[in-house]
Amino acid sequence: MADAADVQGVSANMTMIQALRSAMDVMLARDPDVVVFGQDVGYFGGVFRCTDGLQAKYGSQRVFDAPISEGGIVGVAVGMGAYGLRPVAEIQFADYFYPASDQIVSEAARLRYRSAGDFTAPLTIRMPCGGGIYGGQTHSQSPEALFTHVCGLRTVMPSNPYDAKGLLIAAIECNDPVIFLEPKRLYNGPFDGHHDRPATPWSGHPKAQVPEGYYTLPLDKAAVYRPGQQLTVLAYGTMVYVAEAAAKETGLDAEIIDLRALWPLDISTVVESVRKTGRCVIVHEATRTSGFGAELSALVQEHCFYHLEAPIERVAGWDTPYPHAQEWDYFPGPARVAAALRRVMES
Amino acid sequence: MSDKNEPGAVRAPLRLHVPEPTGRPGCHTDFSYLKISAAGEVPRPAVDVAPVDTGDMAHKLIRVLDQDGEACGPWAPELSEAQLKRGLRTMMKTRIFDGRMLIAQRQKKLSFYMQSLGEEAIGSAHGMALDEGDMCFPTYRQQSLLVGRDDVPLSELMCQLLSNEKDPLKGRQLPVMYSIKRAGFFSISGNLTTQFVQAVGWGMASAIKGDTRIASGWVGDGATAESDFHNALVFAHVYRAPVILNVVNNQWAISTFQAIAGGEGTTFAARGVGAGIASLRVDGNDFLAVYAVTRWAAERARSNLGPTLIEWVTYRAGPHSTSDDPSKYRPSDDWTRFPLGDPIARLKQHLIRRGLWSEEQHTAQQEELEAEVLAAQKHAESFGSLADGHIPSIASMFEDVYEDMPQHLREQMAEAQAFGGRQ
Repeated sequence: MADAADVQGVSANMTMIQALRSAMDVMLARDPDVVVFGQDVGYFGGVFRCTDGLQAKYGSQRVFDAPISEGGIVGVAVGMGAYGLRPVAEIQFADYFYPASDQIVSEAARLRYRSAGDFTAPLTIRMPCGGGIYGGQTHSQSPEALFTHVCGLRTVMPSNPYDAKGLLIAAIECNDPVIFLEPKRLYNGPFDGHHDRPATPWSGHPKAQVPEGYYTLPLDKAAVYRPGQQLTVLAYGTMVYVAEAAAKETGLDAEIIDLRALWPLDISTVVESVRKTGRCVIVHEATRTSGFGAELSALVQEHCFYHLEAPIERVAGWDTPYPHAQEWDYFPGPARVAAALRRVMES
Repeated sequence: MSDKNEPGAVRAPLRLHVPEPTGRPGCHTDFSYLKISAAGEVPRPAVDVAPVDTGDMAHKLIRVLDQDGEACGPWAPELSEAQLKRGLRTMMKTRIFDGRMLIAQRQKKLSFYMQSLGEEAIGSAHGMALDEGDMCFPTYRQQSLLVGRDDVPLSELMCQLLSNEKDPLKGRQLPVMYSIKRAGFFSISGNLTTQFVQAVGWGMASAIKGDTRIASGWVGDGATAESDFHNALVFAHVYRAPVILNVVNNQWAISTFQAIAGGEGTTFAARGVGAGIASLRVDGNDFLAVYAVTRWAAERARSNLGPTLIEWVTYRAGPHSTSDDPSKYRPSDDWTRFPLGDPIARLKQHLIRRGLWSEEQHTAQQEELEAEVLAAQKHAESFGSLADGHIPSIASMFEDVYEDMPQHLREQMAEAQAFGGRQ
């Protein structure tokens, strides 16, 4: 599939929030079976404005507020999917998906399998994730590894407005359940980890130019964000920009791959890159032990062993709960990533 | 009473309350904890009754058949002779089916089984009272919903139980975890209560689409303690979902008496009233009451009047499963002393009393159904079983995880096939 197949309409400058909203707007208009709901999603338009105006446009039968019950939200979404709707449910913060774990892992992910296709769960669960916003323990987590480990789920995380819209439309159209993780640090602009510098807006960024109509991106294709020859950096979400800053500061010619789809993964793009460079650094915000980086490291080792010139490095959040005051000692910023880039080059 | 600030005040130490059943092995259960109304005593409100006005009913027991088999009171349904006989037949067939499958499990033809002994009226009458296209979200003990269907051959269920080459679920599921969409029977999950809130979502979807179909969710007494029970009640109430929320109170959750699930001094129906849902408590061994109350709740849901919670009071007469021995935790003669009796015996008595049935017909039907079940079993076993290795292919283990098989599963499938010695 082409990266931007079937683009309709003119483009506009959008933040990630506006791009996500636009994706839901497009799908609500295209498919009468799409429904959008969650806490504060309806009248108010979401605590992050991602569903702003959608209830007014499509009515409360299509876009509505839900009780504060993550298990209930995902549970009714599974039932709606079994009926034949295409629910887009929102969990206000990824940190609060845990009460819905049973419905996600035991039900949504396994419904097609256990019923041999008799019933399916074509739902999308949106969750703002990630740190770098002084969110403390329960507004900063990156729980992607808890989803990538679950067979039957697709886990996706965009890093810019263009991808966010194309991937969200694809997720809504997908007949598999999709966990759609949105790095809230990127909602209003890209962020490279330099928290001491002024925030940059999306405005003017090439990936903020977003078609107003319908388009999709494939749910299993990585993007080479920055081509390079010396080493490969595997990243997603906010870490794509942190890796870019680190490459710039070290002067190393790093090939940065934005995975976009965490699982199922575009393994061929990863393998092709590491076989070319011979070195690999994996970067994520989530805690290190049994994080998704461990799976990436294992896959690279299995597929690229004879091409590796150095041990694979992982730069991740520490194995602690996400702190408040020590945010920038916790968040894997450009200095820590740069040090890893230098280490793999010195091996 | 001593003042809390008084020096030297002495208070009795606190003590944790842990509910216990009155009957344990070697003694009798005192069933007086069950609040039982006389047949015909509980009024039949209009289907648009305000939930708060069902508060009383949630502590009474709707019953139609009295101890002589006479249909009494405002809930007595108008059922034709054919419907009554069909109901009796479904209950008998379910019990015979359960009995045969229990033997098959003991013969190691199946790995596992769960009977519904004593609870046959609930699914049999409920299924008859629903419309085509309605969707049930059952637990593992509503097989009577399926046995009552003409379009579901028993052999299809047995192939699932046997995990054989004709198993519609391709050997992926533990026996009894059926999924038959065309029969309005949602895929059963091992995880308790998850389907209760899904039923609400299905009903919400029907309402969103302006459909006329309704959902029926099922849960046992023990599983009401799960958070999804609460989630289901909240969502059903908030969105006035067209759903019937069934709680089958058979008094036991494996070895745990219903008091440990929160049933002591209250009822499960009462929880519905607290959530703003019209709630009824019904004799689950009274086929006529189950039918009438289901019709009432279905009409309420179909008229956009909202959900109904129904506590069906019954008794789990058999072991929890083939892995369970109830003699370790309850009296062996408990069912014979249960005040609501046996649902099959009660409907049979009613039919005989009305001159519509006889002992001879009953015996003949019993023999006919036994032969039918046995024939179905032979047919199903002709497609193999887990025991004899005639199971679905290795490839089918990797299908349906996703709509399309991703690369990593294609690779794993090839690896498994290389080791499996069969395709």
